[in-house]
Amino acid sequence: MEKPTFKLYQKKMPVLWWAKRLSHLHFILRELTSLSVGFFAVVGIFYLRALSKGAEAYESFLSILQSPVMIVAHLIAFSGLLFHSVTWLNLAPKAMKLKINDYKISGGWIVAGNYVAWLLLSLWMILIFIQ
Amino acid sequence: MKSKPYLEPFWWTLFGAGGVVSAFFLPALLFLFGLAIPLGWVEAPAYERFYELLQPLPIRGAVGMLITLSLFHWAHRFRFTLYDGLQLQLWRKPIAILCYGTALGLSFWAGYFLLNL
Repeated sequence: MEKPTFKLYQKKMPVLWWAKRLSHLHFILRELTSLSVGFFAVVGIFYLRALSKGAEAYESFLSILQSPVMIVAHLIAFSGLLFHSVTWLNLAPKAMKLKINDYKISGGWIVAGNYVAWLLLSLWMILIFIQ
Repeated sequence: MKSKPYLEPFWWTLFGAGGVVSAFFLPALLFLFGLAIPLGWVEAPAYERFYELLQPLPIRGAVGMLITLSLFHWAHRFRFTLYDGLQLQLWRKPIAILCYGTALGLSFWAGYFLLNL
């Protein structure tokens, strides 16, 4: 018998399909926050590079970060990161079900706990570097 | 073009772990190092102090994990953004290789600097 061949069905969609509805735009903006996360990683690598090269390289890297282009890039990346954190922490109850002796903890508490943890971790990290 | 479905849980785990650590840690760090320090609201840590801070192995390991997981979070999510957002279903394999390859390469680069600190 001849082996049947299948062709993947693909619905034709316009490239900008996500721009037509607010919920779709929300989806694509959330997906694009990955660029902010990647941007952070790359800048972090250059930070490490400057630190491994010595005090002079570190100082010149700090002055590069002061350029208007970098400030604007960081502003955009920062708003993306905030959007990522909020959407991610809000989704946590969907991925995690917590129970204490058969009593189901409501999603609201998980989200609230996430926000408290986020706030405390943020303050802790900032305090390490401010002194 | 066939993908390797058995690898998906592995990529998704890295994506998920990266999503958690980046949600908790990145906003404050980026605000501090990318905005507050360059704009002069906070004084930049002196080179020696920063260098000392990064000396203990667990700290370097944590920084390496933070960067690596962030990169793989980016790779996985951006891969699907390209598939779905730009309708590039036909290029699944090259896109996957490009995304994860970039994340892997940059992770090694970060590791190289961390070992040379």
